[in-house]
Amino acid sequence: MATEALGLWGVPLAIIAGTLRGSVPFLFVSLGECLTEKSGKINLGLEGTLLMGAMSAYAVSYLTGSPWLGVITAGIAGMFLGLIHGWLSQQPRVNDVAVGIAMIIFGSGLAFFLGKPFIQPSAPQLPTLSLAGWTQIPQLESALSISPLFILGVAIAPLMQWFFRSSRWGLLVRAVGDSPDAAKAMGISIFKVRMASIVAGSFLAGIGGASLSLFYPGSWSERISSGQGLMAVALVIFARWNPVQCLYASLLFGGAQAIGPAMQSVGIDAYYYLFNASPYILTLLIMVITCSPKRTLTGAPGSLGQAQE
Amino acid sequence: MRNPTFQVTRRQAIRGLLATGAFGLTVKLSGCSTSPTAAGGSDTLTAGFVYVGPKDDYGYNQAHAEGRASLDAIEGVKTSEEASVPETNAVQETMRSMIDIDGATAIFATSFGYFDPHVLALAKDFPEVQFFHCGGMYQEGVHPENVGSYFGYIDEAQYVAGVVAAHASNSKRLGFIAAKPIPQVLRNVNSFTLGARSIDPSITTQVIFTGDWADPVREAEAANSMADQGIDVLTCHVDSPKVVIETAERRGIFATGYHANQAELAPQGYLTGAEWDWSNVYKNYVSLMQEGKTLMNGGIPHLVRGGFKDGFLKLSPFGPAVSASAQQAAEAAQAQLVSGELVIYKGEIKDNKGKTVIAGGKELGQTAVELEQMNWLAEGVMGSVG
Amino acid sequence: MSDRWRSLLEKICIPIGALVAALVLFGLFCALAGANPFGVYYSIYRAAFGSWSSFQNTLIQASPLMLSALCTALPARLGLVIIGNEGALVLGGLAAVAGGLTLGGWGLPTPGVQLGMALAGMLAGGIWIAIVGALRHYRAVNETISSLLMNYIAIALLNHMVNGPMKDPSSLNKPSTYPIPEMHMLGNLPGSRVHYGLVLGLVACGLAYFLIQRTTFGFAARTAGGNIRAARVAGLPVGKLTLAICFLGGACAGLAGMVEVAAVHGRANESLNANYGYGGVLVAFIARHNPIAASLVALLLGGILASGGILQRSHGLPDATVMVFQGLVFLSVLYSDSLYGRLPIFKARPARPASPPMATATPV
Repeated sequence: MATEALGLWGVPLAIIAGTLRGSVPFLFVSLGECLTEKSGKINLGLEGTLLMGAMSAYAVSYLTGSPWLGVITAGIAGMFLGLIHGWLSQQPRVNDVAVGIAMIIFGSGLAFFLGKPFIQPSAPQLPTLSLAGWTQIPQLESALSISPLFILGVAIAPLMQWFFRSSRWGLLVRAVGDSPDAAKAMGISIFKVRMASIVAGSFLAGIGGASLSLFYPGSWSERISSGQGLMAVALVIFARWNPVQCLYASLLFGGAQAIGPAMQSVGIDAYYYLFNASPYILTLLIMVITCSPKRTLTGAPGSLGQAQE
Repeated sequence: MRNPTFQVTRRQAIRGLLATGAFGLTVKLSGCSTSPTAAGGSDTLTAGFVYVGPKDDYGYNQAHAEGRASLDAIEGVKTSEEASVPETNAVQETMRSMIDIDGATAIFATSFGYFDPHVLALAKDFPEVQFFHCGGMYQEGVHPENVGSYFGYIDEAQYVAGVVAAHASNSKRLGFIAAKPIPQVLRNVNSFTLGARSIDPSITTQVIFTGDWADPVREAEAANSMADQGIDVLTCHVDSPKVVIETAERRGIFATGYHANQAELAPQGYLTGAEWDWSNVYKNYVSLMQEGKTLMNGGIPHLVRGGFKDGFLKLSPFGPAVSASAQQAAEAAQAQLVSGELVIYKGEIKDNKGKTVIAGGKELGQTAVELEQMNWLAEGVMGSVG
Repeated sequence: MSDRWRSLLEKICIPIGALVAALVLFGLFCALAGANPFGVYYSIYRAAFGSWSSFQNTLIQASPLMLSALCTALPARLGLVIIGNEGALVLGGLAAVAGGLTLGGWGLPTPGVQLGMALAGMLAGGIWIAIVGALRHYRAVNETISSLLMNYIAIALLNHMVNGPMKDPSSLNKPSTYPIPEMHMLGNLPGSRVHYGLVLGLVACGLAYFLIQRTTFGFAARTAGGNIRAARVAGLPVGKLTLAICFLGGACAGLAGMVEVAAVHGRANESLNANYGYGGVLVAFIARHNPIAASLVALLLGGILASGGILQRSHGLPDATVMVFQGLVFLSVLYSDSLYGRLPIFKARPARPASPPMATATPV
């Protein structure tokens, strides 16, 4: 039981802890979105994927008692939504942003519909790894209990970077995203590459959802995602389509969620609505500062946002 | 597993979900909605219930929906319910359709924001239908005759929860996670604190406002940062307290619930909780109406409010961590609230900036209008309404 | 059968086919959930279009969507994908209240106050989206993302204002601004409960169509939307066009906010944020950014929303069912767009040119 108060030291600790806890969904969804966008398509529907992942992970964990089975199911549920998005958004004259918004409605509707019976029960949670064997301070112990999903995400980020830079498949994805015409001329199936990227990205987003319901906050309810799926789209731009930077950006966004409550817990409590909006304001500012009409963004896939043939 | 009519739809739903394959593992369904049929015979009373959120949110809306479900057992009563109705003109259309299509002659609008302008607009269009609004906003002479308000003084239960929390706390620091600094919420925060300080005047309550009625991530974040600060009992006033209670349990600290019984979520640390007892309230209304009494003929009072005494509230059963002395103190406080011996807002009470807000010797009973306009935090609450 | 008839038939059959397909899918979904699909169809029909009373419900739900849709549809003509409707709408509502209270305080007569509210709402929404346009033009900031972010910022601003600087101290448990006096509120159309927002929506859609299709401004916008570089070479003022068209789009969403305030709520509070924004984005895309078509699609979505309640009350389906229905309809209609010119029965005997360019997309 917690005995000592940390006072003002609690603020940085709470923010660090909040960062480690709260960044996991951002990390997975943004990595998923990064992969998707690298292939030249936007998937706004990841908000729905996230909810679907959160619901199915919680449901399966509750029904089978195995949270890891839940995580896998969440990924598969994500892939199912990804298949729809990947197929539909590649039809001629169909806009990927529009499909994304329709997929938000469809995905979250489906998640809410199927998730009704699971709001009440408590599902087994993912185990956490404690990095705090050396300390007796309970606050530190809690702050340093890290989800294995976080470690997985941290590992995926550089792997994905390597994938884009050095692997054959990664080059294919980039080629399709940057210059589809050239890729086509090389005999690459744009449809297949994009489909694979979107489905794999949605798999990751589904796992992000699982982290919401099985790690932190660790519960299934219809308001569990407060727009993290939509924010991921902004986050990827923020991170310049670079997976390792997605990791940093996710940490930043996860930490930003903790700022408001942490400040209030030591008595600084004006303007919390504006505080709560700080990640959005920050992202916008950074975009304004770093973008320039004279050059395209480094890392930006050339065909992103262009109409389908 | 709340009432027999759920069974049928649940079984059907299971059959359906099994057929979908991917989600065939879904065997523990509960709480699919009922299918109330449209208006019955002339002596059947049809009541429509409107909720602002999902009716299985383990919180505010569920408490009302459970109250509604308790009417199923009553002969000659049909109910019709609709969940997730936003506070826009959509709610007017919902109420209208309940009246026109389902034949409802009484409407229970359960969200605070439904009243002005929505319930008022409909009440004008349907003078023969009775509209009951949860929130205690009715004003004699200002609002139409066929509108009534009901609300419970749930801060009484929060006071008792504060008493229990004071006994359980080692650090003498309590935490309150609140949605918004509005009077209803502030009153709960203050009553909880006053209850705790009636046991030990050195106790403080830290309050954190999340800014939203439902924001699980921020609620969990607030709960964690409070635990980090050494706070060892948490409570909350948000639409669905599930996340707060679960986080407290994971952090190994105590919690008291709100809206509904959340004991299952925290078998170790759940102390007690402030719960609504809407089934009681709704049954009373229905039996009055079945006797032919209405708001319009003066048989039903326009303002129905009450606390423990009037059966609006109940406490969750005490959890394993509640000591015998705590239980005794809590039961004593509850009995005194029922008998009227104990007045929560009894001077002198100072706010947390040192200003006297209720003068010495002055007693504000539960109906006092000052309490409805509360905009201060009592001494011992850390936080500000600003 | 002449080509013209064939193409007309195609334009009628494809959207209807898409709706039928969505209904079949939704029926299957309901059957799996244990409800009788045919009963569900009948209920949807009854609740959305079955009687004058229920059709009014549809109209009420549709009117904010018409205005909100233009916030996406107009900038789309310049090739911009803007989804900042929600933000422009809530700020429009907030500004309308501020304007209404100020002008009402000066003792202006009702038409003056109403006009003032409309202008204030349009100005606020217009400027909000014009910022997005300016960021796009001068800083090359992706307009989809910036408008998304600005939604969150606008909603935070709304919450901050109604909980703080603009709060009416007597709005105790639901923090709101001071109310607009009853006499300055927008009324209902005679003989109905549908407010004048519907008229404003229809007029705005008509004007937008005229602006885009029949004026030099619209021609310039369409040209620039086709190819920005070519438009610059041709000497078109791309920057001014961007700002102007973003302003107009935002002004429509702002007007939707004003209507919500002046015809429904009477004050600004968090209820303004009721997802009309994202609904509008979807309406615009499904209408292929054609303003006239947008008004019809808004009716369709309005009908779906209007039938949401009956699914719960008569069929015991949970509240999320209407979202699944909405999702299926939109996915199906979006897919159907790709079918134009691809179905053999609608193909003219002599090979038709490939799918028509986007700018000439036609009403549903």
